[in-house]
Amino acid sequence: MLLVQLRFWLYFSAVHSAMRNVNLILLASLALVSIVLFLSVNLRGNLQFVLELRVVKLVALVQVAVAVAISTIVFQTITTNRILTPSIMGMDALFVLIQTVLVFFLGGLGFAALNSTYKSLAEVILMSALACGLFLPILRHTTAMTLMLLGGIVLGVLFRSLSSLISRLIDPNDFAVVQSVSYADFNTIESNFLPPFLILTLVALLVCWKLRHVLDVFLLGRETAIGLGVNWELYAVGLLALIGALVAASTALVGPVTFLGLLVVALAERIVGTQRHSQMFIGACLVSITLLVGGQTLLSHVFYNAVPLGILIEFVGGIAFLYLLFSRMRA
Amino acid sequence: MIRIDNVSVSLSGTSILEDINLELPRGGITALIGPNGAGKSTLLSAIARLLPLTAGSITLDTLEVAHAPSSELARRMAIMPQDNVVAGRLRVKELVQFGRFPHHRGRAGPEDHNAVREALQLFDLESIEERFIDTLSGGQRQRARAAMCYSQGTDYLLLDEPLNNLDIFYARELMRTLRRVADHAGRTIIIVLHDLNHASAHADRIVAMREGKIVADGPTQSVITPNILKSVFGYEIDVKTIAGKPISLHFL
Repeated sequence: MLLVQLRFWLYFSAVHSAMRNVNLILLASLALVSIVLFLSVNLRGNLQFVLELRVVKLVALVQVAVAVAISTIVFQTITTNRILTPSIMGMDALFVLIQTVLVFFLGGLGFAALNSTYKSLAEVILMSALACGLFLPILRHTTAMTLMLLGGIVLGVLFRSLSSLISRLIDPNDFAVVQSVSYADFNTIESNFLPPFLILTLVALLVCWKLRHVLDVFLLGRETAIGLGVNWELYAVGLLALIGALVAASTALVGPVTFLGLLVVALAERIVGTQRHSQMFIGACLVSITLLVGGQTLLSHVFYNAVPLGILIEFVGGIAFLYLLFSRMRA
Repeated sequence: MIRIDNVSVSLSGTSILEDINLELPRGGITALIGPNGAGKSTLLSAIARLLPLTAGSITLDTLEVAHAPSSELARRMAIMPQDNVVAGRLRVKELVQFGRFPHHRGRAGPEDHNAVREALQLFDLESIEERFIDTLSGGQRQRARAAMCYSQGTDYLLLDEPLNNLDIFYARELMRTLRRVADHAGRTIIIVLHDLNHASAHADRIVAMREGKIVADGPTQSVITPNILKSVFGYEIDVKTIAGKPISLHFL
């Protein structure tokens, strides 16, 4: 018991020392304000019912925010670049493909009747395995940006075309089911998938926090990391599997959002001003929560859902991607 | 001592090292020389477990490199790979601090801070320790990387062409620093060098390679001779003894 307490205290003190960065405190307040506003603005009717609904949605949004932030950071670290993300490399297109294949074989009704816990477990395992199988060979050969980018785009196009091929073969009712999983939607969250993915994201967050120093070493590149005694291959496999699982955890709940991770990490890096993982994990999670929860509050209560959040994030994130790409070309 | 037994390495079907047998004794500076593509860097990378062996085995003191835990090896040998770009924005001091990672795995203690301080002093980096790596000149960066390698505090230091990008002043300075490290701290240094005369001036032993094989291996005086240099580089190189060192006139 004492050991557990001691452990907890150590974690807490590490988080605490990372929080000495003033910008992180600002970010934390922003995230907190977004959360409070999300829960409180325009609260009407049966309070218990409405609040319950909002809390579930809030937890889901926060979970997606965290999953996207940490999977992007870890992916960028093991590929030692700051532009590519799991989504740009086609991982959430892969997830959509898995869903489409499921609908194809089970039919829309069969798909909807699947047990959510088993389904999510199977998805996580499959995504982890595919992430390792597809990306480890690329990673082992090269971390050259251009080749990775090319590989990712080719894979993404492949997964998307396969999905659209399959959705042309199924009947219109099933197609409607496919459509609902292929587009980002922050309003209707598949909340029955929440518990398993919530646990997964929490575990992933703890694992990443524990590995923050090893991840710092990973940033120095494969050879230097091995020289410093990091079992590169082992960690790369484990971390890729973790990324696959986290992509499943975020895509299952809200659908694919290609540029969210990129936007979040790029913003966080500029705000915290370091690439140390202790600070980047906290910073990116806070930015991500602010963006999703705050954005959703703003869009639904101020702009009355004139623009879906997903589209807005893709728009801003896409511009950020181009900006990063061009500024790197000039450098 | 590093023992290399019947080691072969091939990369995507091409044989780079063929059946190498070599013993590198403890202490002093050993230089690996040879023309481009001789396999010097590959041999160094194989010793440092950066590359898988196709055949054979490498033992470091009592540890077999292929099977020993990577973290244990990192406390006995440090590698400075050939000019790799350091991603991200790091300060010189932070980079050198990473050299202590094998000892503390994340939580640096007082002895780690002392080791970093000593490395910064030794490699003349104190005046630029707060600068970001990506704002340094090529030579400053090489020194920072060498300092990181040194701060790891290992018995063996492997350096792959550390003189790349260094001007004559800092090239000499780095070799003299390494000499001090070998003489006073009792470290064993294995270094890939392109400049024959730096090898002659500072190394105790020389291993000469050509086309994935060892051509000669021995004390500097006995390897830097016109005959051996001809079999390594393929042309007549005159060797004159200047200040007690065999200086090759390879540019003539």
